[in-house]
Amino acid sequence: MSAEEVVARLRSGMTIGIGGWGSRRKPMALVRALLRTGVTDLTVVSYGGPDVGMLAAAGRIRTLVTAFGTLDSIPLEPHYRAARESGAFELVELDEAMLMWGLTAAVHRLPFLPIRSGLGSDVMRVNPRLRTVRSPYDDGEELVAVPALRLDAALVHLNRADRHGNAQYLGQDPYFDDLYCEAADHAYVSCERVVDTEELAKAGGPQTLLVKRLSVAGVVEAPNGAHFTACDPDHERDEAFQRHYATTPWSAFAERFLGGSELDYRSAVAAWHEEQL
Amino acid sequence: MTVTSGTTRAEYCVIACAEAWRGDGEILASPMGLVPAVGARLAKLTFAPDLLLTDGEALLVADVAPMGARPQTVEGWLPYRQHLGLAMGGRRHVMMGASQIDRYGNQNISCIGDWARPTRQLLGFRGAPTNTLNNPTSYWIPRHSARVFVERVDVVCGVGNDRAVGPYHALRRVVSDLGVFDFATPDGSMRLVSVHPGVGVEQVVAATGFPLAIGDDVAVTREPTPEERRLIREVIDPRGQRETEVRS
Repeated sequence: MSAEEVVARLRSGMTIGIGGWGSRRKPMALVRALLRTGVTDLTVVSYGGPDVGMLAAAGRIRTLVTAFGTLDSIPLEPHYRAARESGAFELVELDEAMLMWGLTAAVHRLPFLPIRSGLGSDVMRVNPRLRTVRSPYDDGEELVAVPALRLDAALVHLNRADRHGNAQYLGQDPYFDDLYCEAADHAYVSCERVVDTEELAKAGGPQTLLVKRLSVAGVVEAPNGAHFTACDPDHERDEAFQRHYATTPWSAFAERFLGGSELDYRSAVAAWHEEQL
Repeated sequence: MTVTSGTTRAEYCVIACAEAWRGDGEILASPMGLVPAVGARLAKLTFAPDLLLTDGEALLVADVAPMGARPQTVEGWLPYRQHLGLAMGGRRHVMMGASQIDRYGNQNISCIGDWARPTRQLLGFRGAPTNTLNNPTSYWIPRHSARVFVERVDVVCGVGNDRAVGPYHALRRVVSDLGVFDFATPDGSMRLVSVHPGVGVEQVVAATGFPLAIGDDVAVTREPTPEERRLIREVIDPRGQRETEVRS
């Protein structure tokens, strides 16, 4: 598939999960393609990085489910921060483990999973719809029932995939990409390189085959598709460009880099780097 | 940076942070911030050799590399999902930062102002709710002031002693650039344990936005041993990154 074909299947009002973590292995080529459509009013579930920053800045998010918004080497995602401070979207702010539990519940078709996290904190105050359950065993402990985070669609970026949707991470952390895919009705994988199936096991041990084809609806070959986030070991984070993103007013950034196709984006980034020499 | 023969404030802070992990045994030390990172490495190299440390990403590393350098010996794998699981399992002692902290150790890193429409968005809840209910938690405050040590935090991320829930909540200590604090009081409120050399008790009180419990015998943060000072300056942090985080 092409990135355009993926985003053509997305509709306004959908709940979309976005893989990666902060500014690491985010499916940015798919996010950029999404920004070229008119799809809006989204509920986005993400360990937030520039995916959230860009979608929020572009006004596409109605509700955000996250535990943070960061660029890692820049602690605060500036466009996420600006959108929060202007009240641009509804926030469901959870703790990191609660978000993992919500995805895990969805994967296993459970209505919720119990967790201790959140009790005593303002997670409960700012999320008045959260409910608690009491352990039916002797301990009788009261726990938070994290509701399943079922997704209409998931977008993830991995290092390699075959055309059937078997996808491989070659870095050190799978993040939660398999959970996003399995929690979604339709999951779309972009990857640095599409390879023949027999190449996958040659590139890494079987435990690197994170995402299975039965949970994937489409594969997109998107070299440098996580740019400017890190995609270890294929490419590091483009720190210089990330700093430019973080310090440039959104409208100016979008106009220069996001006005055209993915090829136009790559050319614009290359031209920007030339200017810095 | 200035390395004199005298111990710097940052080095007293390193010692105070390292002491947080004394006696913890074979658990993961999770320092957040430069000074706590130097402290955890110092603890591992001296009185807490069984501590586990990460490279800041998904690897557990057996050797103690200088700050900013890559460790050489990988001894384990700890991707985020396992790290969150480990926190829930409790074999971890985290030292987090705090934009605000109150007398019972409630911590805010989410936002300033009304959560629904913050005047200043901060990091978010991150893992603070999980950390504080599941594994021992300490805090590092590099700039002690009444804007950080507040009567009431705007958003409770890390859970304090007055709101503690469940069997595993354990606040250990707070280290700031002025002193060391714990919660060993009848109501679990914050107590001044020691001031760093050169700091007066009145200075701590003036920089704290709530009444601190202060015993009759406030100690002075201990000196590093000559070996500890050598490890800090020559082995762990030869470029003096610790000095960038603390006012002299």
